[in-house]
Amino acid sequence: MAKGILGRKVGMTQVFDENGKMIPVTVISVEPNVVLQKKTVETDGYSSVQLGFMEKRAKLVNKPLTAHFEKANTTPKRYIKEIRLQGMEEYEVGQEVKCDIFTAGDYVDVTGTSKGKGYQGVIKRHNQKTGPNAHGSKYHRGVGSMGVIAPNRIRKGKNMPGRMGHETVTVQNLVVVRADSDKNVLLVKGNVPGPSKSLVIIKNAFKKQN
Amino acid sequence: MSQQLIKDVTQEFIRNDIPEFRPGDTLEVGIKIKEGNRERIQIFEGLCIKRQGGGVSETFTVRKISYGVGVEKTFLVHSPVIDKINVVRRGKVRRANLGYIRGLSAKQSRIKEKR
Repeated sequence: MAKGILGRKVGMTQVFDENGKMIPVTVISVEPNVVLQKKTVETDGYSSVQLGFMEKRAKLVNKPLTAHFEKANTTPKRYIKEIRLQGMEEYEVGQEVKCDIFTAGDYVDVTGTSKGKGYQGVIKRHNQKTGPNAHGSKYHRGVGSMGVIAPNRIRKGKNMPGRMGHETVTVQNLVVVRADSDKNVLLVKGNVPGPSKSLVIIKNAFKKQN
Repeated sequence: MSQQLIKDVTQEFIRNDIPEFRPGDTLEVGIKIKEGNRERIQIFEGLCIKRQGGGVSETFTVRKISYGVGVEKTFLVHSPVIDKINVVRRGKVRRANLGYIRGLSAKQSRIKEKR
């Protein structure tokens, strides 16, 4: 069955497995999500489930959104995201989605917004090689060749310096180490994109089946 | 708040049976080693030269001279692999990290006992 939930990255720590091996884990706080809307092919042209996550003061919500939350019979939510997966029809509007949809050992894909790095050169941004630092070399961390002369222009897609990071990144096939529905916490093995306190979307793995 | 949540998650792994020890102490660390189905305990005895980190991630490093070669092992304090830690001798040192001891001769690297 297709599963998806919104969470907030808390940080990283480590736990021990039954063999005494240390496992690095990311702690994701998954307060219960609420299904706000169901989109279907007949009404919207595509099918998806809209989830709301984290409380928000009612004062901060405008009237149209307030009505939207009232339809699902819930309090205002800070984050609203649609999740499009095959076979999510059994979700009902107003239904709570908790982290117990996952169990330990499940494979998940986690999507987040990576940390912004600011304006960076090609060495860091595109993993290009540096020039020699010594032996009379005056070329250290430069952009390098702009390409062949023949077209008399720079070809599209040339790797150049610029803003790096702060983009949507998905890490696939992470293993759920623990899903704790009392504390509303999901432990995922390995790291997850983005800074702590950022929104992450956890879906069951696209490539790897359980 | 978020740090509290991380503490809560790792609370169950924190061991209370670990004695108090500091850099400069001589330790006997019992390590559980699995050989097929059998489990045995190997003792690694040496000088604790540092403790690093906090919470469940805290580690300590033990150094000993084995057949004339310096050997260092780093363990997680709360690791289930550790059977027990025995403090053989409490040393008097004025550093938290005794990295300088690697360069010293055997005679110079003696540490006075704490009283």
